[in-house]
Amino acid sequence: MRKSLKVGLALATAFGFTVLLASQAQTAKVSITYWQYAFDSKVKIMNTIMADFNKANPDIEVKQENFPYDGFIQKVESSLAAGQGPDVVNLFYGWVPQFAGNGLIQLPEADFPAKSLEANVGPLMKASKINGKYWALPTAVRTLAVFYNKDLFKAAGITKLPKTWNELSSAAQKIQKTDAGKIQIAGLALAPQGQDHHLFREVLVRQWGGKPYTADYKKITYNSEAGLEAWKFYLGLVSSGAAARGLDLFPASTNAYRDAFIAGRAGMIIDGSFAIGSIRGGAKFNWGVFELPVKEAGGLRSNFGSYWVHGLTRNATGAKLAAGVKFLKYLTSEKVQRDWLANVGEIPANTKLATDATLRKDPIFGPFVATLPFAHATFFANEADQRKAIWDAADSVWLTKADPAKSLAQAAATEQKVYDDYFASIKK
Amino acid sequence: MTPKPSRKTFSLAQRQAIWAYVFLLVPMAFFLLVRLYPAFSSLLLSLRDYRPSREVNPFIGLKNFQDIAADAVFWRAMINTLLYTVIGVPAQLILGILVALMLQGINKAKGLFRAIYFMPYVTPIVASAWVWQSFLNQNFGPINQLFTLLGLPNQPFFASPYQALPSVAAFVVWQQLGFQIVLFLAGLEAIPRTYLEAASLDGASGWQVFRYIKLPLLNPTIVFSVVIGTTGFLQLFAQVVNINFGDQGGPLNSTLTVAVYIYKVAFQDFKMGRASAITVVLFGIILLITVFQLRVLRRRVDY
Repeated sequence: MRKSLKVGLALATAFGFTVLLASQAQTAKVSITYWQYAFDSKVKIMNTIMADFNKANPDIEVKQENFPYDGFIQKVESSLAAGQGPDVVNLFYGWVPQFAGNGLIQLPEADFPAKSLEANVGPLMKASKINGKYWALPTAVRTLAVFYNKDLFKAAGITKLPKTWNELSSAAQKIQKTDAGKIQIAGLALAPQGQDHHLFREVLVRQWGGKPYTADYKKITYNSEAGLEAWKFYLGLVSSGAAARGLDLFPASTNAYRDAFIAGRAGMIIDGSFAIGSIRGGAKFNWGVFELPVKEAGGLRSNFGSYWVHGLTRNATGAKLAAGVKFLKYLTSEKVQRDWLANVGEIPANTKLATDATLRKDPIFGPFVATLPFAHATFFANEADQRKAIWDAADSVWLTKADPAKSLAQAAATEQKVYDDYFASIKK
Repeated sequence: MTPKPSRKTFSLAQRQAIWAYVFLLVPMAFFLLVRLYPAFSSLLLSLRDYRPSREVNPFIGLKNFQDIAADAVFWRAMINTLLYTVIGVPAQLILGILVALMLQGINKAKGLFRAIYFMPYVTPIVASAWVWQSFLNQNFGPINQLFTLLGLPNQPFFASPYQALPSVAAFVVWQQLGFQIVLFLAGLEAIPRTYLEAASLDGASGWQVFRYIKLPLLNPTIVFSVVIGTTGFLQLFAQVVNINFGDQGGPLNSTLTVAVYIYKVAFQDFKMGRASAITVVLFGIILLITVFQLRVLRRRVDY
């Protein structure tokens, strides 16, 4: 009895020491936390990237935490404000002004010089310059294109892909099917709350000869003659029987238009390259992608380009900051960016990789990449409020028969106020 | 100074009271900490420009209240909330009494019928909201298909800024009805049989029994139903958020309630100070209405 007790004690002590030693070895390790929203393919590839990185840097340990996309920004913002949350975080570029303005993110100039960022990422980078400084690293770029249901096109006898907006509109009219006033299949499912507010500002307004805002991003200028014509064209897609509100097809979804397309209830949608994954996974029909149309043959090509950035938060200080910088450099390395493209299907922010010949020839990625040189990134002082301004304006015309000109003026005034408030707040 | 002789013994009643207070202390502490403290701090928060992302949250007096007074969306939410209450409370009260009277009258499968009427109340709001949404969908919903068969025009229901609010109110009434029925069944059961028997011996008609015996004696239940119902409708949230999930409070803010707006201001715009100010206003309104209802509706009825 006694002997076994002694042995037991000895074992326990030995174990205790080992644990102590092990934990001491652990404390030498810098642990950083990485947050991104939950998206299966992104989470998986990030696990591989982190494993490789941890192996190459035994003194650093990166941990990943994920949250649902709905409410992700709220979670990040409130956690950082409370001094908790991630050291490295994945953010939409449209959120960067708010985060930068509130001092929640940082990007050491010495490690990431402005010149090399501009050279690597190109003009889209401009929308992340706040107070003359960059605040985060772009990693994945998205542009818009038209997804179309090949089977519905075939059934409607459309053989030529639309090149102009009028061609798109008449193709959509041929596809749209109604039964006793109820839309069964929409030619085009619209979503001003989805990508269409971008489409309006950066594509339609410019193609109709207007400018959405001034070069310094301080004045909204789409409430012009050209802007109004573009606005009327967009709204008219519904009344001419070419399109339906996505929300009228799938009201319970935040991505109503895309769900309608995946369910075979829409011939076309205008969506970003980030939608490729869910459409590939969900659509049970032949589908393809074509480039955004132009106003007239040979007319101005334009696109909305957005990007996701990786940023260091204000939580990362000292050794954590150094580890975070290392991790960010690894994330933006060519090898990782190529892996990301292959596994997630997101176009790398690095222009050299994005304009790669194999990517340009890809039937799905090609149309997105082709217009990358013509893409504009809107500066969002408050993405949610600016989106809502255009969304409400469109709904007021579609649902309450409001005057298009008045609705556009209202949207412009609302967006202007968002800008004014923002610029007033960062001056302080 | 002569020390006062300390009384070491308490009477039985005193000791009982002390123990009662000791036991009350625990729930009281909980109530103070979890209910009153946050309520009070939201009152203080409403006087600040409080945003969680900043370190300094300046005191701005009544500025938040001035801002919400000038905010068209706030007024829209306010009017919507009052409309919900004005439509919903009488509707669920009348339907509750009617169904309770009928359920009281049946003899067979009593339990089954009661269970059926109570079911919506215990079904998760999210699930029933989604079912209502798909039933009333303007393009694919079975209700509109029925309308077509009957030769009636399609109705957009939740998709129309004009029809969405009454449609949501109907959904909430349907969902709350089970609770109202149980309430009124209990109220009806509590009416002494002797009154009803005396009335029938005197040759009173069914209507007379209802009008002069059941209804007056149901008054406490009605007061309770109105107060609970009003508070519920004034705080309406989950049903609104889930019915148009892709456009919460929409279309065009037509279904937006004050509670949903508070949530949006607080957790989407992160203007905590402003959201607290709206909370204070809502609290004031509920308090006023409840006090008013209790005073006006509570008439003692005795036979």
